[in-house]
Amino acid sequence: MRILSIPGSIRRDSHNLKLAREAQRLAPAGLEVAIFGGLAALPHYNEDEESGQPASTVLELRTAIAEADGLLFATPEYNGTIPGVLKNAVDWASRPVDDPVLRNKPAAVIGASTGAFGAVWAQAELRKSLGIAGARVIDAELAVPFADAAFDDQGRLKDPAQREQLRAVVDSLKSAVEERAALARA
Amino acid sequence: MSEATATKSILPTGTWQVDPVHSQVSFAVDYHVGTFRGSFSPLNGTLTVAEDGSATLTGSVPASGVKVEAEQLHGHLQSPDFFDAERAPELTFRSSAIRPAGEGIEVEGELAIRGVSLPVVARGTVKEPTTYAEREYLGLHLEASIDRTKFGIEWNNTLPDGRPALDNEVRINVDLFLVKQQ
Repeated sequence: MRILSIPGSIRRDSHNLKLAREAQRLAPAGLEVAIFGGLAALPHYNEDEESGQPASTVLELRTAIAEADGLLFATPEYNGTIPGVLKNAVDWASRPVDDPVLRNKPAAVIGASTGAFGAVWAQAELRKSLGIAGARVIDAELAVPFADAAFDDQGRLKDPAQREQLRAVVDSLKSAVEERAALARA
Repeated sequence: MSEATATKSILPTGTWQVDPVHSQVSFAVDYHVGTFRGSFSPLNGTLTVAEDGSATLTGSVPASGVKVEAEQLHGHLQSPDFFDAERAPELTFRSSAIRPAGEGIEVEGELAIRGVSLPVVARGTVKEPTTYAEREYLGLHLEASIDRTKFGIEWNNTLPDGRPALDNEVRINVDLFLVKQQ
């Protein structure tokens, strides 16, 4: 089983990239977590570019999502909502409208922020947006507040309870993928 | 008079097949200050009226056959937020009782949407059967109202004043063009 984790920040020392890496470490055997690092290379979404061949970076995003069994988004919160680069990726992946790669794809949303709430507004906005794009957004969450102090020198989550919660989110995502696969076999 | 005998007084006996071209299942739900409308096609359905007057109406539409104005909304309606077409590919109805009601008809039955089956009562009218080119035709119009959230369709979006944009009550209209099977 392959999960694609998409951190919503392109900052070098991104807390949400650390969260994605922590998910990689905590994933059970047999579950591969790949991290998508191509957000910065995507052009701005433009419907004019829908008609021809999309940019190679857009194809890379769509292929990475299509080949994944499930998605794990880790979002920070910029000005009370999702970073523009992340929303841009959702918009590209929501097209073409007749068969977008996001449709029915199990997706979980987690987030870390330096504030006291752990990007809960951005997470809610992202869940809404993914739902409208057709994804199967699972009911699981992890909010890591005060992210500046939440990770140790190795980038591990310091709080064992947060590690457990992240493990539970990954497990829920795994279950959603398995349920979908069983449906496809039926 | 028994219910079946009473039904016989308004529905002619026989097996009647829905003509999907001239039949429609449509829905309307209030959205902000307006009304959002859509329909489903193709519609499969059969009305069976036995000699004793006992009658059964069954019907189904594919979730992927939802029709609305905007293409983007078409995708969203098929998604897990709404009809979840991948898990529940069909919406179905099966009557449990059909009886006259006033000048018209009342149909009780089970409606299944998104895999959730709940009882509904529809009321409507029967059009006088007619014969054309040696085939018999019958028209049926039914209306029902359901609470979409009871079927697990809970999506909403909040208006700037905090109220939900989409109403929970969905009005369903069914127009059946029925052809008697020979």
